[in-house]
This record gives sequence, structure tokens and C-alpha cells, in this order.
Amino acid sequence: MSAVPVSADAPALELDALAVAFHVRGQWRQALRGVSLTIAPGEAYGLVGESGCGKSTAALAVMRYLPRNGRVTGGAIRVGGADLLAMSEREVRRYRAQSASMVYQNPGAALNPSLRVGDQVAEAFTVAGLSAAEARRRGLELLTRVQIADPASVLRRYPHQLSGGMQQRVLIAMALASDPALLILDEPTTGLDATVEAEVLDLVAGLRAELGTSILFISHNLAVVRRMCERVGVLYAGRLVEEGPADGVFRDPRHPYTVGLLRCLPRGGTRKDERRLDTIPGVLPAPGADLPGCVFADRCGLVRDICREEEPPLHAVGPGRTSRCHFWQDAEALPHTAASPRPVRGPVSAAQRPVLAVAGAAKTFRQDGQHVHALAGVTLGVGPGETLGLVGESGSGKTTLARVLLGLTPPDAGTAVELDGEPLAPELSSRSAEDVRALQIVFQNPDSALNRRFAARRIVGRALTKLLGLRGARREERVHELARAVRFDERLLPARPAQLSGGLKQRVAIARAFAGEPRVVVCDEPTSALDVSVQAAILNLLVDLQDEQGVSYVFISHDLGVVRYLADRIAVLYLGRLMEVGDSATVLAAPHHPYTEALLSAAPGLGGEERARIRLEGEIPSAAAPPSGCVFHTRCPRKLGEICEREEPPLAEAEPGHALRCHIPLEDLRRLQAAPPGTTPPAS
Amino acid sequence: MSTVDDLAPVVVHDSGRESRRERLRVVLRSKTFLAGAVIVGVWVFCALFGPAIVPHDPYADDILGKLQPPSTEHWFGTDRLGRDVFSRVVVGARDILAVAPLAALLGTVLGTALGLVTGYFRGLTDDVIMRIVDAFLAIPVVVIGLVALTAVGPSRVTVVLVIGIVFTPIIARTVRAAVLAERDLEYVEAARLRNERAPYVLGGEILPNVLGPVLVEFTVRIGYAIFAIATLSFLGFGIQPPAPDWGLQIFENYGLLSAGDWWPTLFPALAIATLVVGVNLIADGLTRAFER
Repeated sequence: MSAVPVSADAPALELDALAVAFHVRGQWRQALRGVSLTIAPGEAYGLVGESGCGKSTAALAVMRYLPRNGRVTGGAIRVGGADLLAMSEREVRRYRAQSASMVYQNPGAALNPSLRVGDQVAEAFTVAGLSAAEARRRGLELLTRVQIADPASVLRRYPHQLSGGMQQRVLIAMALASDPALLILDEPTTGLDATVEAEVLDLVAGLRAELGTSILFISHNLAVVRRMCERVGVLYAGRLVEEGPADGVFRDPRHPYTVGLLRCLPRGGTRKDERRLDTIPGVLPAPGADLPGCVFADRCGLVRDICREEEPPLHAVGPGRTSRCHFWQDAEALPHTAASPRPVRGPVSAAQRPVLAVAGAAKTFRQDGQHVHALAGVTLGVGPGETLGLVGESGSGKTTLARVLLGLTPPDAGTAVELDGEPLAPELSSRSAEDVRALQIVFQNPDSALNRRFAARRIVGRALTKLLGLRGARREERVHELARAVRFDERLLPARPAQLSGGLKQRVAIARAFAGEPRVVVCDEPTSALDVSVQAAILNLLVDLQDEQGVSYVFISHDLGVVRYLADRIAVLYLGRLMEVGDSATVLAAPHHPYTEALLSAAPGLGGEERARIRLEGEIPSAAAPPSGCVFHTRCPRKLGEICEREEPPLAEAEPGHALRCHIPLEDLRRLQAAPPGTTPPAS
Repeated sequence: MSTVDDLAPVVVHDSGRESRRERLRVVLRSKTFLAGAVIVGVWVFCALFGPAIVPHDPYADDILGKLQPPSTEHWFGTDRLGRDVFSRVVVGARDILAVAPLAALLGTVLGTALGLVTGYFRGLTDDVIMRIVDAFLAIPVVVIGLVALTAVGPSRVTVVLVIGIVFTPIIARTVRAAVLAERDLEYVEAARLRNERAPYVLGGEILPNVLGPVLVEFTVRIGYAIFAIATLSFLGFGIQPPAPDWGLQIFENYGLLSAGDWWPTLFPALAIATLVVGVNLIADGLTRAFER
């Protein structure tokens, strides 16, 4: 007899006006303000919203894993009809062991680094009372079920010997060990490459169909939720502001917050010269803030007096759909924050001499006595005022290439980097002050890119002193000018990074990069650590600065939507080689290189259209032993045959301004990629 | 048109001062730290005002009154020369509280410099220096101290120098580990991308971020220095007679223990113990404040 009664028709999870508060600095602060939702057996429910909205708090409450300073202050949680909050510690342990499992965002941190994978997977069974031998057998079975290549050898390995994607598969396997009725996935693919993400999502979808598990899927990525979930709830400041079928909510949102979130994303092939991205002005209210009216009132473009005074009731806005907005009928009328299309800039001519060019870029690292070829002969240029997008999976050499350009990583002999046609010294320390000034970078993570001991003023000011020789009042004046240029409130200049939000920190980093009036700024995933509304604001800023100063960007990103919006030209890298390069429209539209095709196919769209899925098998091979012939042949869905294994195709100009490295003639690619889905089985 | 998309409505005052104040508050709230501060405070008071407040001259012998047990006249009794043990213990705080922090300071300064350089540059320099450091660490501190003091002759200055140098590699190791964690952060590369020279990157960018561990290490080393100085004095290589140094007092009187005259040995030993414990309590309090 189980102490946790689970009835088949009771909802897998039911939150009833759930309120959670955290005790921070002597005060109880409300993190969830009465969230009600129901997940039916076998249903996948997506919870979306920006960081700080309470998504993870909800997940932790459902596992009864709230940290010591958190507690449920009201409402109820029922799992399979049983009252979770009334359970004893013993019952909760049994509930966690048998009925619910959670998969966390960072798979590296969720696995014990000093235990073999096999022991950890087996543990999931031994807690359920199986013998060690039986547990091992079931562990092997599980890993087979999550489609890990060579599961027997994976069991013998340690977590650090697995890639992020494989670690996440192991964790999903462990979560499934008890055959739980409810699976909670908290940002399960954040931090994984798009191609790996696509595989993990396929796996989850497949397992769900097989096992009938209910899923609570938490993500800030709307497109992923759109793909994985039947129903979706939009969380804002601890309150569910909109709920309904995923299809309907994303196609026809009925709350201004949902509308705003969707508009922040560069979508539908929008480009920077067509229009600015919408943002959501303002910031999330602090946890525990007193919000008598609508929680979104302060940031809402449709706000009226009643919104600040009266909490909107839950309006039924369609079949199975609710919205907490007084004016839900008009939600789509939310004014654009960027109404005017931006003036179209003069087209960047490819014929112009590149500002920055690199020829035959090669970089070999020595690792454990092996030679790792991170870059193998990349020739590229970026023109004045142009944005060059660099895309590819992790391990493709994007960041190494950027570091070679900047002089942070000295390349192998034979690499030629030129600025305005003049050769640049390979090492930063031997470059002239002028050359150093010309090339700057905005890093991905502003937390480690800014010295946490210094105020924003000093961070920007020091760059001005060193790069332009400014001092005293002139320097101070310029710091303020730069702060205004990056839309950074000048009153915040005395603040240290820890006191600033992610978006503000990134603005300080951008101000620093622009301090020396650079010619080329490398942007290494500058928005991937930010929420979508902040991302939109930062992208707008980068475009504005380019407009004003004519700077060129080398923009590294794994988000093809962002690259499509920003880049004039795109270079696709794989295993340190340039696979395709050309105008952004040309590269992103068929015909393109099979690798580009696979990357595009892996990125989930918001439209919900079922595209022909090209899945890349396995993972990027080791750069220490790259495959023979075309390095992509081991994963290429369109492999021609033996020639691909034997001979490396040249990077050939297929049409003016568009070069790709593939044995398949352009015409054949055009035909193959235009074919309707399902009719093009990968040639093998 | 939107200009400010993610601005928090905050006005920030001098943030540096604020975060220092916050840290100070954490330190002062720690009972461990306060207990240590009280103990050390008493000894610092003794060191500063000892000669003025003690009931007897700590140097005055009184052969007729030697080895008297504790009494109302001599609270801690008298030693084999008839000197008042209480007065000697109180005044003895001065030597150790001058020499130990100076030795720890010297070790911290040298060790931090060495740790910054080896941690930042890595490579051959790092390998060579760290192997020397390893070799150094393999030999007991006292042995190195004895050899060095025999060579240069004992005095307060040489004790500071020897203990400071002996501590250098130990501190270098701790600082190097902290620097290794910092050097790969992008703010260091950002500094290189604006033509900063290595000394500025080390002193201006990295050092402020490793000051926490440096301060903790300094405090811990004061505790060890007290111990090391007492040991050297006990062995006759530290502070020389007739100074009322604690280690020296134990050395001069421990032979009498077998005769049942415990007081001239016990009280200086307790003094050393309480001071070391006090310093370590302070170090623990600081460690907790710097752990985020």
C-alpha cells in the first residue's frame, strides 16, 4: 500500500492559489502571488516568463524543495489528488522517489563529479528498493532508452567525460527511473547547442508519447515551449497572467505581457534595416513589492487608472483560455515601443576594401599531447559598417577566430590578419596602441567581463585614459557622453556591477568597448545571458551605435534569429573550417550548405509550422582527429558518397558573393532543399 | 521611442563604501570574531600599557624570594631568579605582539607578490618557483628558522626576517590559487585590450579581487608566527634573555617542573595559548565574512 494515493483521473498536478514567500533581509517577500494551474495526466504544460518571475520557485515548491528561507504562505499543491503540503517528511521522500522527478538546467552541476555515471544511475533504482545488480541492469536499459550511443561505456565514465547533451540525457534517464507520473523540466536545454537541444527535445517528446508522463516544462524560450507543450502559462511577478493552449496563446496573445514578450523576438525574417525590435520598458517589480493593482501595470503600454487600483479578475477569453487583464480584448493593440521603421542605411558594398581581414587563419592547441586544430585555414573579411555573423555549434572555432583577430590568442604561423590592408602583429603585446584601440570586444557574460571591485564610472573611465589619454574633467565628461550613448542612467555610474541588472552590466561593457572609438567590435554572444526583452534593447542599441559611428561588428551567436536580424553577411564554421559564407539573405535561404540547413532546421520557430526536420546525428567530432575528406561527412544528412570521405571540397564561389564548401553542385542542393518534407531521405 | 529599457529606479551612493560597511557589519555580528577580538584586545592593552600597570619590575631579581608559589603579593608566583611572573607575562606581550604581526606582514607582502606573479604568468617561471616553494614547504619551519638564525645570529629583526621568509611560500600558494581563478576571467582580457601593462593588471585589477583571502591568510599567519617565535625563543634562538618573552620564560623554567614548581612555566604557556586562540578566532570570523 502506498502512502501517496495516486488516482488515475485526478490531475497530475494542481496548484490552487499557491503563494510562496522568501525571508530576505528580515522581511518576508512574496515570490508567488496565488498561482493556480492544473496539469492533466499525460499533459505537457509550459511555464514561461522572464528570470525572476517565479518559474523555478513554482518548480521547487512542487518538489517541496524550497530553500530554508522559503515557505508556502497560502494555497494548496495537489499531486495526483494528494495534498503535498500535508505530507510527512517520509511521505515526501516516497513521493520524490516514486511520483515526481525534476531535471535541472545545469547538467554538469546536477551530477556528482566523483561518481561514475553508472553508480549514479543505479542509485535512482536502489532508492526504490532494487538490488544492486538489478539496478545496474535497469540503468543500462534506461540509457538505451534515452538513445545514448554506447550506453555500456557511458556507465563506466565520469560526468566530466560526457558532453553537455549527454549529461542531460543521463539526467533525464535518472528522472525517468521511477517511472514518475510528473516530470519537471527546468530549462533543460538552456546552455546546449541548438542541434543538441533539438535532439534532447525530440527525446523528451518521444519518451512522453511512450510513457504518458505529465510534464511541467519551464523555459524562458518561447519557441521551445511552443514546440513541446499543449498548454502554456505565462508567469509575471509571481502571478499567472495568461493561460491557454500553446497554439492560441502564441498566435493570439491576450495579455500585454505576452504580447510584449513575443514582439521582443526578432521574428519572421525581420532585419535591422526594416524595423527596431520592440522592448518591454521598465523592470520587473522587486520580489515582495506591494502591487495592489495589475502586476504588469508599471510596464504596460495600455495602462489606465483602473489597472493600478484594481487587481484584474481572471477573464475567460476563449475556450480554455484565461487572461488577467482588464483590457484583454485590446491586448494586441499594445503600442509598439519602436513604431517608426529605422531609416534604411546605405547598402554595404561587398566591393569595398574590408576593414579587418584574416587569411589562412589557423590555430593549433596542444592538449594532453594531442594537436587540436581549433582553426584550419579561415579566410574572411568584414567591411566598413558591416556586421559579419559567425555561426556554428560550440567547438566550431567561432570564439577562437574572434580571439585571433583581437590578438588575445596568437595564431599559428602563416595566419595573416590585416587592418585596413596593413598587417597586424599576431600578439596583442606587439600591436601598436592605435591597432589595439581599433579592435574591441563585448563578452558574453558581463559578470566576469567587468571587474566586480570597480564602479561603472571607473570601468569606462580607465578605458578612456588608456585608449585616448583622457584625464580629469575631460574624461569625466566623456564617461557621461558614453553612458548616454549606451542609454545607461548617469546616476548609476557610481554603482558596482553587482548592483546592476544583467542588461545594465552589458551596457557598461558596451560603453567600455566603444570608449576608444573602435573600428571593429567583436560581439561574442552578447545577449545569450539576457532575457528576451533585454536582448531586444541591447540589439537595438548595437544597431544604433553602428548607425551613428559606422563601426563594424563580428557578431558571434548561436541564435539564428538574432543573426538574421543583425548580420549583413554570415560565415558558417564547422570544426575550424569555413563551410559557407555570403550575404545573410543568401546564406539563410536555400540553397545552402547541408550544415547550415541542419542548423536552421534545429532552431525551433514560433510559428508552430512543422518544417522538414534535418537532424544532425551525434556530436561535433573532436578537432584533435578531424574526419577525413569533408569534415562534415560523418554527420551530413546529404552525404553524396565516397568522395565526401576522401576529398575535402574546396570553398568555391557558387554564385556571386556566396561561397560554400560542398561536393554537391549548387543546382542539386537547390533541388534537394526545395523538395517537400519527407521526400528526401538522406542519401547514404 | 524607448530609450531606457531595463533601468532600475535606483539611485546609488558610493557603492564601495557601502559594500565595505556591509561586510564590516557581517564581521561585527560574528560571535567568533568578537570573542577573538576581546582576547587579543586584552593582550594588546597589556603590550601597550603593561610596564605602567604591572605591580613589580619584571626585570628585578630577588634571589631570596625565588620560586614563591602564587600568592596575593605575587599573583603568578616568582621564577627562579625571584622575578614576578605576572609582571613578566603582562610585559612579555609587547615583544610577541610587535614581532609576530611584522613577521606575518612581511610574509604576506612577499607571498602575495610571488603568488600574483606565478599565478598570472604561469609557464616556466611558475613551474620553477612553485617547485622551489614545494621543497621549502617540505622542511619544518623551525628547522629552517634554526639554520637561518644560527647563520645570522638571533635578534628581533632577524626573527622577523626569518619567519617572514619562511611564511612567504605558504602564502604564495594560497594567493596563486586565488589568482588562477581570476586570471581567466574576461575582465583581465579587457584590461589587456586597452594596453594595460602586467604590473597594473596584477596590482590594479586582480589584487583587489583576491584581497579577501590575503587578509584571512595574514591573520592566520599571525597565529602561526606567535607560535613560531615562542618555539624559537624556547630553543634559545629567538628573543634573548633577560627579555620577558613567553617562550623564553618557559625555556628558563621548565626544568623546574619536575620539582613541582609549575607556575613560572604554566602562566607564559597559557598566555601563548590564549593569544593564538584569539587570533585564530578573528581569522575564522573574517573567513566567514569573505565567503560569499
